[in-house]
Amino acid sequence: MNSLETNKAFRIDSHDNVATLLEPAYTGQRLVVVGALPVNLTAAESIEAWHKVALTAIPANQPIIKYGIVIGVATRDITAGQWVHLHNCHSCFDERSSTLDLHSGAPQDTTYA
Amino acid sequence: MHKQLTSLHGTGYLRPDGRKGVRNLVLVVYTVQCASHVAHAIADHEPDTHVIGFPGCYDNQYAIRLLLALARHPNVGACLCVGLGCEYTQPQRLAEKIAESGRPAEWFFIQDTGGTANSIAKGKRLIAQMRERLRSVPQVPLAWADMVIGCECGGSDATSGLAGNPTVGHFFDALVDAGGTAIFEEIVEAIGLGDQLLKRAATPQARQEIDAAYGKAVAYCQAVRQYSVSPGNFAGGLTTIEEKSMGAIAKSGSRPIQGVIKVGQAPPHPGLWLLNSVPDEHFMQFGYTNPNDTEGLMDLIAAGSQVVLFVTGRGSVIGSPIAPLVKITGNSQTYHKMEQDMDFDASRVLRGETTLEEQASELSRLIGDVAAGEPSKPERLGHREYFIMYKHQDTPSLEQGCRQ
Repeated sequence: MNSLETNKAFRIDSHDNVATLLEPAYTGQRLVVVGALPVNLTAAESIEAWHKVALTAIPANQPIIKYGIVIGVATRDITAGQWVHLHNCHSCFDERSSTLDLHSGAPQDTTYA
Repeated sequence: MHKQLTSLHGTGYLRPDGRKGVRNLVLVVYTVQCASHVAHAIADHEPDTHVIGFPGCYDNQYAIRLLLALARHPNVGACLCVGLGCEYTQPQRLAEKIAESGRPAEWFFIQDTGGTANSIAKGKRLIAQMRERLRSVPQVPLAWADMVIGCECGGSDATSGLAGNPTVGHFFDALVDAGGTAIFEEIVEAIGLGDQLLKRAATPQARQEIDAAYGKAVAYCQAVRQYSVSPGNFAGGLTTIEEKSMGAIAKSGSRPIQGVIKVGQAPPHPGLWLLNSVPDEHFMQFGYTNPNDTEGLMDLIAAGSQVVLFVTGRGSVIGSPIAPLVKITGNSQTYHKMEQDMDFDASRVLRGETTLEEQASELSRLIGDVAAGEPSKPERLGHREYFIMYKHQDTPSLEQGCRQ
């Protein structure tokens, strides 16, 4: 159930510094993180369902950890409760992904002439 | 960590090579698209008779190996090969190899038999004769150690990596610990996880195989300039290929990887195996590694999987011939919208109603029932999709012949 009070996020591995939102979150909403190593935190901004929220502060160039493994690197300082996605995390393999549109994922580097 | 698996309660059909089937099927194999109507008409209204075939007229080593692996699958008791009469692929040679495995096998050309109606009548007569011989196949107790189970995912969403695939991963750990064989594939969806896979190599040989397969997959992605991740994945909350890969690889569980098998090969001993379906870079370039979900399932079945698992978040309505398919979703909406197609609801763990261990143990009981003969939902609905394509995994080295 979606309530304005609390919302759920899922942490897969106890080493993870991000959790996946099971429902959309709004700025200031309290988040109950279930799964491995449950914690509570507050959403620092609105975040869509199934997107990731930072569980701790993650400085620039530090690894983003999900499933207990490095899924990318922070491209700027991230604070706890912030949305983690293409704007502040990049892949160590697929360099194109951080050029995609933040919300739709659509490519912006292809010319339609 | 995980719960021990409850013993299997069914019996298996003992084949001459020692493998045990969970079904006792007749298989009709056509050797060119021109023979496909006749093949399907032969199997029509014959509930124990499944059909596969190769559409091309020009033969292909990969496809022959795949057809033979499927025809000699433990769930298959007898086989009829049907050709038109002018194609490269030879039904007689297929039938001879299948007969060498101790299975009744027959073949004919439609051109020699006098057309559609005569061929259908002849085919039905032949499968009726072979079915009689299937009755005497010994039925023996079935254990998890006899089971080979393959898993792939498709139509994935964020729940696949959180609930669906991890549930299978926990089940695979328990299956391997019980002496069984687990197979996972989609190495192009393991990009970014080379170190994770290498760390899990059971032997130096396995490490070498994983390294080569992973290197080939990376080369493939670089050559086609594409990683197996799309705008829809990003919009759905995935940020990197590594993240998507880990969601897919979660289905492999945590046990050591025994080695890498190619399409049409069976794992030489129990444990967890990686199936590599990436094509060789050939004169037609790489080709497609996994053009659709059905192709991947056929690869897992060709490796000898008696039951195959399919994890889908968005939902899917495919099934498979030869080996029953069990469909698992981690998305509760999908489960409720498509309950007649979905065998297992893995979404409960996300609501905190159960644990992955408990869910994996429930899944194992469902798989046990299907192995004992209970039809899975796709089986009940009559789904028997198959897809066999041109691909190369046998390319001779560049030093040989005129490719120099």
